Amino acid sequence: MKINDVILRTITKAVVFIILTLGIYLFFAGHHAPGGGFIGGLVLASAIVLLYLAYDIETVHKGMPFDFKKVAALGVLLATGTAIGSLFFDVPFLSQAYTYIDVPIFGKMGFSTVTIFEAGVALTVVGVVVTIILSISEDE
Amino acid sequence: MVTVLIAILLPFVCAALIPLLYRRLRRVIHLGWFVLSVPIILFILLARYIPQIAEGKTFIHTYEWIPSFDINFTTYLDGLSIIFGLLITGVGSLVILYSIFYLSTKESLHHFYCYLLLFMGAMLGVVFSDNLMVLYTFWELTSVSSFLLIAFWHHRKASRAGARKAMTITVFGGLSMLAGFLMLYVASGTFSIRDIVANVELIREHSLFVPALLLILVGAFTKSAQFPFHIWLPDAMEAPTPVSAYLHSATMVKAGIYLVARFSPVFGGEAIWFWLVSGIGLLTLFWGSFNAVRQTDLKALLAFSTVSQLGLIMSLFGLGSAGHYFGYAESSIIYTQASFAALFHLINHSTFKGALFMMVGIVDHEVGTRDIRRLGGLMALMPVTFTIAVIGGLSMAGLPPFNGFLSKEMFFTAVLQIREVNIFSMDSWGVLFPIVAWVASIFTFVYSMILIAHTFFGKLQPAKLDKKPHEAPIGMLISPIVLCLLVVAIFFFPNVLGHYILEPAMASIYPTFPSASELTPHIYAWHGVNPELLMTIGVIIVGIILFKTLKSWKPLYRIFSQNYTFNTYYNRLIEFSEKGSMKFTNRYMSGNLTHYFVYIYVFFVALIAGYFIWSDAMAFDFAKDSPVESYELILVFVMMFAAIWMIFAKGRITAMLLNGVLGYSIAFFFVIFRAPDLALTQLVVESVTTALFLLCFKFLPDLMPESSRKRVKFSNAVIAIFVGATVTLVGLAVVHYDRFETVALYFNDAYDLAGGSNIVNTILGDFRAFDTMLEVVVLLIAGLGVYTLTKLKPRKKEADHEN
Repeated sequence: MKINDVILRTITKAVVFIILTLGIYLFFAGHHAPGGGFIGGLVLASAIVLLYLAYDIETVHKGMPFDFKKVAALGVLLATGTAIGSLFFDVPFLSQAYTYIDVPIFGKMGFSTVTIFEAGVALTVVGVVVTIILSISEDE
Repeated sequence: MVTVLIAILLPFVCAALIPLLYRRLRRVIHLGWFVLSVPIILFILLARYIPQIAEGKTFIHTYEWIPSFDINFTTYLDGLSIIFGLLITGVGSLVILYSIFYLSTKESLHHFYCYLLLFMGAMLGVVFSDNLMVLYTFWELTSVSSFLLIAFWHHRKASRAGARKAMTITVFGGLSMLAGFLMLYVASGTFSIRDIVANVELIREHSLFVPALLLILVGAFTKSAQFPFHIWLPDAMEAPTPVSAYLHSATMVKAGIYLVARFSPVFGGEAIWFWLVSGIGLLTLFWGSFNAVRQTDLKALLAFSTVSQLGLIMSLFGLGSAGHYFGYAESSIIYTQASFAALFHLINHSTFKGALFMMVGIVDHEVGTRDIRRLGGLMALMPVTFTIAVIGGLSMAGLPPFNGFLSKEMFFTAVLQIREVNIFSMDSWGVLFPIVAWVASIFTFVYSMILIAHTFFGKLQPAKLDKKPHEAPIGMLISPIVLCLLVVAIFFFPNVLGHYILEPAMASIYPTFPSASELTPHIYAWHGVNPELLMTIGVIIVGIILFKTLKSWKPLYRIFSQNYTFNTYYNRLIEFSEKGSMKFTNRYMSGNLTHYFVYIYVFFVALIAGYFIWSDAMAFDFAKDSPVESYELILVFVMMFAAIWMIFAKGRITAMLLNGVLGYSIAFFFVIFRAPDLALTQLVVESVTTALFLLCFKFLPDLMPESSRKRVKFSNAVIAIFVGATVTLVGLAVVHYDRFETVALYFNDAYDLAGGSNIVNTILGDFRAFDTMLEVVVLLIAGLGVYTLTKLKPRKKEADHEN
């Protein structure tokens, strides 16, 4: 699918980074503020979809040479992996751990295994959304 | 006690490593050498526990898995499980050693060893799990991995068919076993086998006790190929011979026997259990040995022989369960001997049948055929293989000086003694037991003779053979030789085995009996001139006569028409169900999207509205509702306007935009109700779906005015109204729904419990993480589904020539 649209491309160049930043912010903000893996992943995916809309698939693929099916699989692996991982610490399946550490400059920061789990969710969402959109748009 | 956990997990971990190793090592070394280390290590680890187990110790360790549902990864090491553990790892080592020489590096070895390790881990999981649910998981995993192993040469149609048959039957049994386990859980309130055994008196009173017994027996019978489920085992012989030697003689088929032995303390003493286990076992024994004689393929002969020997072991456990009926007493000790004989024969069978399977594999490998009609005169050319066949075959036939003789004598003792039991109407029917056992033993003798004589004696027919016969390489011979040495060693020192291995297992089967050493008889090779010995002499005499006159009575088998075999019935059943389900599916899968929506919505209305009406939950109380603001009303009217317009929209773009209005308005509502997470999600989802729609827009046909008949239109409208009413009413009713404990409270301490101040996120990631995890999996499956549906279309023509 080729759309030769100067305005769309110019805007996309700027907007994609804003959306990507928002997606990453949402992902990390998730634990205490609105956001999280699912929304973060969706926002990231929408940025990628925007790129695909503005440019053709080959160009985008050069910049992001990922197989998005594998990205989704990796996400599921991460999510289930953290679930199984808790068994090795002699706690029930899917137990999550968290802790707060005082970091200079940033102050009190929370670290939680939920972040890994959420990363899995986010990756799955990105992978699946992009896979679906790509396969529908490539289908002739 | 970490050992057992390692034993279960190590094969799985190594299975995951195999693809990596294969890439590095495939030109350097046969992958089998690496895999071989796994069972050897595990065997040594497990063998270290023998002395402690022999002293009567047991080891248990619990890893919490889903404690809220009483599902925990509990490993239990006792006398019974260690026998199976040692068999799985011991025979596993020998089989892998053998397979290194059997399978060339041209085969896809990484698949083979990956499946084999998966199977080994699953099998160890079955025997060491104390929790019923975990046991079930591993049980089905053995079905799946054996399916993969049987279909290893998947380019052959027979392999695929055999694998499917084995899978269909064993999984059917597994599912009924699951139902039985759940019933046991209802009756006992626990998934732990040890706890169930400890509280068996309470469970016996429960109404679900007998159904659970029957369902669990179906699981055991299908797995152990008992009559009439035995039909999958001969077909499973399409697998490579190492697999047959491993799965179909030593391990997987014994899982059912393990189950029966493990549940003997629970169900033993019940008349149904006694009759079913011993009766079906004897029937299988007879039917297997009877049919083995007619086989012309060596592996098929061994398959039926395995079926019959499994029946023998099964019937012995059935007879031994009489001991549970009487409880502990001086006089009831004799009934427990049957269980002892079962355990003893279990080990003996693994040794001689493993050796025989490997022997057949060698013949197949070096000669090129397993067809009895083409074989003969190999004795001089393959002397070592011949020796293996003689030792294994005579042990199978039950002759001294081989271990099969000892356990067969004990089997005769057991069937003779059972006549004297005055329960379960044995006084009238009991006389059948020794007769069936004796007749089956004659057939066992005959097919053992066929196996040896028709392969190795007689005249060599080089023209009929594919390869020039010669002795196998030494590496292939090691494993069967080791097994044959065991066969002889067990004959001369049976009591060592009895004391160290079998005695603790007897304690597991008869936990209520105070002393296990009392249950362990001293095994004598020479036990005097008694009925058992006379029966054996009779078996030999009649067996030799039948073997000599084989040609004259073999046509008897043709009396039974092929149309009346169980295989035919099985095929008919499969064919019928395939055709039936196709007819049924074609009837409702019309390809019309509207029809599917009708099914979904009617079901939805019936279920949801039906439940609410049935449980009398459609109650409204508007007094408690919060006031409705004017801007909320405006939003509602916007949504209603958009929804109604959508029905009459002429173009797709219009409908799409109106749908977007609906979606964004809902997002607005989320904002008003202070649910920023939901609002965000809704907005992004709405945007992505719009983009998706725009992408496929150009492929969609124009929206056609529907020209359906009035009646259809009317019924669709009725369904739509009902759906709307259901959603609205249920939405109103749930506000006051108080049947369940409110979930709103436990999120209050989200920060303390999960360290997150965003409740939505702690719900997703901590409190209800299981849902989220599975949703992610579903999402992946959906994505892959879309991908395959759109991508694999052009390759349809290629797929057609398969089969």
